[in-house]
Amino acid sequence: MVIRTDAGLYVPEADLYIDPLRPVHRAVVTHGHADHARRGSEHYLAAASGVGILRKRLGDEARIEAIAFGERRRLGGATLSLHPAGHILGSAQVRIEVGGEVWLVTGDYKRTPDASAEPFESLRCHTLISECTFGLPVYRWPEPDGVFREIERWWVENAAEGRTTLLCGYSLGKAQRLLAGLLPFMEGGGAPGTILVHGAVDELLPAYRAEGIAFPPTERVSVETAREHRGAALVVAPPSAAGTAWVRKLGPVSVGFASGWMRIRGRRRRRSGDRGFVLSDHVDWDGLMATIDESGAERVGLTHGQTGTAMRYLTEERGLDTFAIATREGDA
Amino acid sequence: MRRFTRLFMELDRTTRTNEKLAALRRYFAEAPAADAAWALAVLTGRRIRRAVPGARLREWVADRSGYPLWLVEECYDTVGDLAETLALLLPDPETDAEPPALHTIMDEWLAPLPGADDSGKRRVVERAWGCMDESERLVFHKLLTGGFRVGVGRKLVTRALAQEVGMEPAILAHRLTGRWAPTPETYRRLISPDAELRDAGRPYPFFLAHPLSEGPEALDGGPKAWMVEWKWDGIRAQLIHRDGERLLWSRGEEVITPAFPEIGEAAGALPSGTVLDGELLAWESTAPLRFAELQRRLGRKRPSPKIRREVPARFLAYDLLEAEGEDLRGLPQEARRRRLEALFEDLEVRPPDDGPIPVTWAVGLPLGLSPLVEAARWDALAELRTSARELGVEGFMLKHREAEYGVGRPRGAWWKWKVEPLTLDVVLLYAQKGHGRRASLYTDYTFGVWDGEELVPIGKAYSGLTDREIRRVDKWIRRNITERFGPVRAVEPELVFELAFDQIRPSSRHKSGLALRFPRMVRQRTDKPVDEADTLESARRLLAERP
Ligand SMILES: [Zn+2]
Ligand SMILES: [Zn+2]
Repeated sequence: MVIRTDAGLYVPEADLYIDPLRPVHRAVVTHGHADHARRGSEHYLAAASGVGILRKRLGDEARIEAIAFGERRRLGGATLSLHPAGHILGSAQVRIEVGGEVWLVTGDYKRTPDASAEPFESLRCHTLISECTFGLPVYRWPEPDGVFREIERWWVENAAEGRTTLLCGYSLGKAQRLLAGLLPFMEGGGAPGTILVHGAVDELLPAYRAEGIAFPPTERVSVETAREHRGAALVVAPPSAAGTAWVRKLGPVSVGFASGWMRIRGRRRRRSGDRGFVLSDHVDWDGLMATIDESGAERVGLTHGQTGTAMRYLTEERGLDTFAIATREGDA
Repeated sequence: MRRFTRLFMELDRTTRTNEKLAALRRYFAEAPAADAAWALAVLTGRRIRRAVPGARLREWVADRSGYPLWLVEECYDTVGDLAETLALLLPDPETDAEPPALHTIMDEWLAPLPGADDSGKRRVVERAWGCMDESERLVFHKLLTGGFRVGVGRKLVTRALAQEVGMEPAILAHRLTGRWAPTPETYRRLISPDAELRDAGRPYPFFLAHPLSEGPEALDGGPKAWMVEWKWDGIRAQLIHRDGERLLWSRGEEVITPAFPEIGEAAGALPSGTVLDGELLAWESTAPLRFAELQRRLGRKRPSPKIRREVPARFLAYDLLEAEGEDLRGLPQEARRRRLEALFEDLEVRPPDDGPIPVTWAVGLPLGLSPLVEAARWDALAELRTSARELGVEGFMLKHREAEYGVGRPRGAWWKWKVEPLTLDVVLLYAQKGHGRRASLYTDYTFGVWDGEELVPIGKAYSGLTDREIRRVDKWIRRNITERFGPVRAVEPELVFELAFDQIRPSSRHKSGLALRFPRMVRQRTDKPVDEADTLESARRLLAERP
């Protein structure tokens, strides 16, 4: 079974924590974002394709045991398996089975296509613990293909006006999704310039390439490359870079943000950028409902975001048993 | 509708003036006149009557989407914009039918709506949902709920259209003054290079005064060269009687005749072809009532006999802009005043009343002649100014005897010398709850002024409003929150307040570069559209406002 403790979700039969909040003996880590992968535990279990990324976060000395997706592991009285969550490369859902009773912890996940991550797998369980970062029905994601066409058009327009295109997204996950998603455009020959990447993004590319993820050719942003490609390049950088002096070396820029929050016009307008693209690595409302339906779960735990609203909806409208799992700030 | 929606999205997503200008020009270049007429009306701030209450729309959306009403409400809380919330919640349309043109929506769908019954209204709304995508629904909801705002000012729209059709922005701006019907014919006339536009209801652009912060001693020509009037604490307005039209226009270029029908009727007593410039006031026996009282009547379509009794309206004329159909604005101030006094004599007047400021009233009409202030010396005027408060006025207007009735706000011809010399019309940007007795209400406000297309904070204030006003503003704030930062709420930039302060100084600590000393609210300016709030530039001018 899966219980809530101060250190996070815990499976007593296997003496195993899921994404523990502090160092423990044995941890299974769903993915490399800072609110899920924390340093200091003795043993880590993780999906094989995400280990390269995790090493970047947990350090070279961390003892990480890789498990292939779908592979069943017997740990004490529990059976554990990991399944693709579609959030970022190697992100996993954790399935725990104890005596015929199944718990599923989704970790962060999404159901929309992403060329840089394994597609989400829908599973059945008795108790589902799902993220709910975007737990309101106003959050419904458009088709990513359409969003990429918008990004490409915006780049072409910027280049026509001699502006460098600065596209911001989380350095782990979103940035790689953007790059992989731009590959067809780059190969099709329609791109007005080169893609430059911020150092924080660049550092993670080898871990992806090692897993066979294909990216278009990129160059790292430097004073020289920025000067050379000024006005024509598309620069992929973390959002934190957007407000800093770093941007100045790019010359005149048009700034875009790729995030689920961009679904709301007020957020879009007040983010001091020029464009907002609705591209999220989390599940939207409809996706959350689909996951719950497909799981057949009777008990649903929610974590991240406005859990209270979704819980009330699931209780009142769907007759489900619900509970909340507290998380910390800064979820990604 | 599709084209207009694209324009809306383009305007909405950029903060760059050039891009907005380009998007507007593109729209006006491509749109047929029937659509462009409506787009121009809506973008220059034409208010559309709200035909469906927001609460009703939320119910329909709950119905259509299958979400419980409380969930729709929670979404609204998060999104902060009703039109948008509803657009985001509705399921995708089942067909890929195209919505009709903007003018069809406005003329055929929305115009008859106020007269329809509930199910008739719902049919129109459902029909719209059936053929519109998400962003089109957003725009449709905005038109439907009468809350159309997008980040462009009237000036920018005027500039874009003027550039696109190759005419002087000033000429177009003048033509856009006042009421015009959003029809293709009118639109073509508005943009035609030579058409002399005749419209019986049109007011003249209001001539504006500069504030005088020091005394008038430095004014050219001494007291003899100046005509002094009381500066009333009401609403500046033009009263027009022309070709059967009787209209009262506020300085915000809105027709306010329906709210003040007695003034509209009285205009009929003026000879046809008369335009008066003056002050609209709430008046009781021989003295004006507080401005807040007057505001209670503003915005009402049909004031009840009760409120008309409680807040009787008067119009005090101080300038004559047109007589017998002739434009008098080129005459000197003094000559216009003589014509104005002659006009009142023709109307038959009572001897001045015995109020604190004696006013000459036309017999049986709520029309009066705003008296001149006789002061042979400036120090006598300064003395009189100290009692302005008790007299219920804001100070004096100093008008040069030779002054034409100009356009805009050139320096030198008209000055306002107020008891509160330093004021700015500012836009409410943020609100925070008060303390103690007012802890449950939003009472602490941050205000901004225009810097180009952007509003920059200029000062905070929490005093000056009556309890009744505070409650009203608090209620409005709750419905118009756009973002939360801790205890601070950002609101839709829509309300204009007059802010008075003792001093204005340069400051490197504020984004505006200016700091106000002891700012307080004088009043809410419900008569002023947000576009006409003050600018950073006009605030800077106050730094050294001397004749
Ligand atoms: Zn994550
Ligand atoms: Zn997370």
